[in-house]
Amino acid sequence: MNICVCVKQVPDTAEIRIDPVTHTLIRAGVPSIVNPFDTYALEAAVRLKEKLGGRVVVISMGPPQAAEAIRSCLAVGADEGYLISGRKFGGSDTLATSYILSEAIKAVEKRENLRFDLIVAGKQAVDGDTAQVAPEIAEHLHLPQVTYALDIVEQNGELRIKRDCHSGYDILSVPLPAVVTVVRLPYEPRYPSIGPWRESKKRTIPVLSEADLETIDLSRCGLSGSPTKVKKSYTPVRDKHGTIFSKVPAEQAAEKVASMLSEAGII
Amino acid sequence: MNQLNEYKNMWVYIETEGGKPKSVGYELLSAARPLADRKCCELVAVVIGHQVESVAAEAVGYGADRVLLIDAPEFASYTTDAFANALVALVEKYRPETLMIGATNNGRDLAPRVAARIKTGLTADCTEIGIDEETGNMAWTRPTFGGNLMAVIMCPDHRPQMGTVRPGVFRKGAFDASRRGEIVREDFRVFPDEIRTKLIERVQEVADAVNLEEAEIIVAGGRGVGSADNFRLIHELAEVLGAKVGCSRAVVDAGWLSHIHQVGQSGKTVTPRLYVAVGISGAIQHLAGIAGAEKVLAVNKDPEAPIFSVADVGIVGDLNEVVPALITAFRKRTNPAKP
Repeated sequence: MNICVCVKQVPDTAEIRIDPVTHTLIRAGVPSIVNPFDTYALEAAVRLKEKLGGRVVVISMGPPQAAEAIRSCLAVGADEGYLISGRKFGGSDTLATSYILSEAIKAVEKRENLRFDLIVAGKQAVDGDTAQVAPEIAEHLHLPQVTYALDIVEQNGELRIKRDCHSGYDILSVPLPAVVTVVRLPYEPRYPSIGPWRESKKRTIPVLSEADLETIDLSRCGLSGSPTKVKKSYTPVRDKHGTIFSKVPAEQAAEKVASMLSEAGII
Repeated sequence: MNQLNEYKNMWVYIETEGGKPKSVGYELLSAARPLADRKCCELVAVVIGHQVESVAAEAVGYGADRVLLIDAPEFASYTTDAFANALVALVEKYRPETLMIGATNNGRDLAPRVAARIKTGLTADCTEIGIDEETGNMAWTRPTFGGNLMAVIMCPDHRPQMGTVRPGVFRKGAFDASRRGEIVREDFRVFPDEIRTKLIERVQEVADAVNLEEAEIIVAGGRGVGSADNFRLIHELAEVLGAKVGCSRAVVDAGWLSHIHQVGQSGKTVTPRLYVAVGISGAIQHLAGIAGAEKVLAVNKDPEAPIFSVADVGIVGDLNEVVPALITAFRKRTNPAKP
């Protein structure tokens, strides 16, 4: 089974701090990581490959430094990785990004001389949080999709997917090729062992730019090809200055809290 | 680029499951009603399902001027293909200016599929909707970076302007039985072979017992609770308050509770009137899931825990002492005769 894994390099949102004076994001010094949901997608892909054979190819759209994210995927079982990076791609919203990635997937199939049976990604990236790019890729490529997967199992040439829903889960079958997005799995992504990690650091990551995507319509890429525009952004003020009882005996604090909530009509 | 002035009216998609509406559809009707009035346009509800006529009638009572109804057996449960084909057909036929969809898992599965087919802009998981004074465009506000940054997004040159809106952000207005509206039945059918995914099995884990998204009060425990056994404190506090039980990711990872209880970025987004966080430090990913809570009560032994920065009221102390004290204090004030 040949699998394409779409990953994004993101700032580690757990490490992001807000400048207390300017109320802006402090991005300097924040480590870049592979979007955590994508690491599950990759692990699922590598396990399918280990069971069924085939190749796992990672693609990532981003600036040149995103090659590092691809290398870390190569260290944990991906066979090949492509960086999708070009001047015409900057400022793309989800529709433009998904279009570029769908064109990139076609180009990578040609270069690798294979057809992908499966395209997987995390359910969303932890910086943008849109969950839109993968379903939009599925639409551009006219493929069926299953989102919010909790497990992916192959059975007789078909995929069985456990899909997170409101009060439980569904088991769905989907014919291949298909696009699947992953929330988490019953197992954790593997850590790189030292040999493959060292090897991955030496790998040159091929870059595909607008010049390498033969059929791409550049009017659908980048800022000008994006229907949505960011009008403004701001950091929400997080300090509520609530009433915090500290060094107060538990019974006394609990009484006060209960009175406050009762007066507010909540209990 | 399409002819903008051909696109009129504000649409709200009403998601149904098993013939019943999700609350978010009616919340969106309530939120969109004043916006439609300002734009002097019709507010249209779109109902797609099987045996959902009563939902169509209800949508009028919640503010719709018109309801587009597709009702056929192939829409009995959600599939990407059937619902995307149906919604795209309606959009192409009537050309709405704005289309809002509840940001449930199914809503966020459907909306990007439709947006990509129509080639229009879609803003995900909005927590605020408004109209830009200058241009009359929709102004969609959404959190990014795990809730650290808010962005206001517009879609100036493409129609419809699409957005998914987070459940529970808006209050459902009062149902008005005297409202009149037109229900338009659309004969749209999907052939079985157009639906590529098949539902093999549906597993209800604990049914509505853990319906966190619609809970009024949630008592959630984190790593600080210490053990699966000690979660009985959380359950007991929840019982006194008539609350549902939630938890942080650490608790699911430790195997103390199942994933359906998880609140936060990789779990559920909740909007209760009261969120009680016990032994939860308040990682950004967790806070992202509770930004819509009306009041937060935090109990933690670490006075520096980030959860206190979003708490309306908090107690610094050992939860093994504080929670039993809260149970006693709440029990005094809740009437045991009430359900």
